[in-house]
Amino acid sequence: MTISKTENGKEVTVSVEGRIDSKTAPEFEKEVKDCFESFDSMVIDLAQVNYVSSAGLRILLTAHKAMSAKEGLKVRNVCKEVMAIFNVTGFSGVLDIK
Amino acid sequence: MEIMMKELEISAAVDELDTVIRFIDEQLEAAECPMNIQMQIELSVEEIFVNIASYAYAPGTGNATIKMRIYGEPLTAEIVFVDSGVQYDPLAKEDPDVNKPAAEREIGGLGIFLTKKNMDEVAYEYSGGKNIFKMRKVIA
Repeated sequence: MTISKTENGKEVTVSVEGRIDSKTAPEFEKEVKDCFESFDSMVIDLAQVNYVSSAGLRILLTAHKAMSAKEGLKVRNVCKEVMAIFNVTGFSGVLDIK
Repeated sequence: MEIMMKELEISAAVDELDTVIRFIDEQLEAAECPMNIQMQIELSVEEIFVNIASYAYAPGTGNATIKMRIYGEPLTAEIVFVDSGVQYDPLAKEDPDVNKPAAEREIGGLGIFLTKKNMDEVAYEYSGGKNIFKMRKVIA
């Protein structure tokens, strides 16, 4: 998994490439949490991600909760395999996903 | 028709997750399992293996045995996890309420729920001092 960040004023885009699983989740969590204080809104770009396990879902929910006090979290470019996971767990009704 | 049966004995540690997933994928790919089903199985395998790695022997370490069988008509994958750690039934936990608003959602409990949703059949038993978790899914 590789992570890159792009800043645009008070918004940060976190782009992930690879698998978000129990092994890679701690790094993803650290990168996401590092942004909570400095930014008002967050975009997580999953264009290059085809696998998100429950370890990744937990981080998305943490980010959603942290950012909802500000301008919110958007999850973008979700492939159909990952969307199926969001659907079965009800995340598609919770997160702002496109 | 029995196509294959393989076994992996491995240290129950999250660091070994890649090896476990590779072991599972090799058998599924050889059986020409469709990608979406392969991912559902990977999710379930990750959940059960990480559970064992996190809780079975904590704070010590130990091994897990993973037995995989692909057989039958329709073609079915069966994966059995065996460990000698503390007795723990992951299925005893209540499912999370997936319709709850985000603010009320608990973080966690989703993994075993996903496993139940993604597999056709899951079963747990404690026998001979071992946790035995079995799951099955039709792959063709």
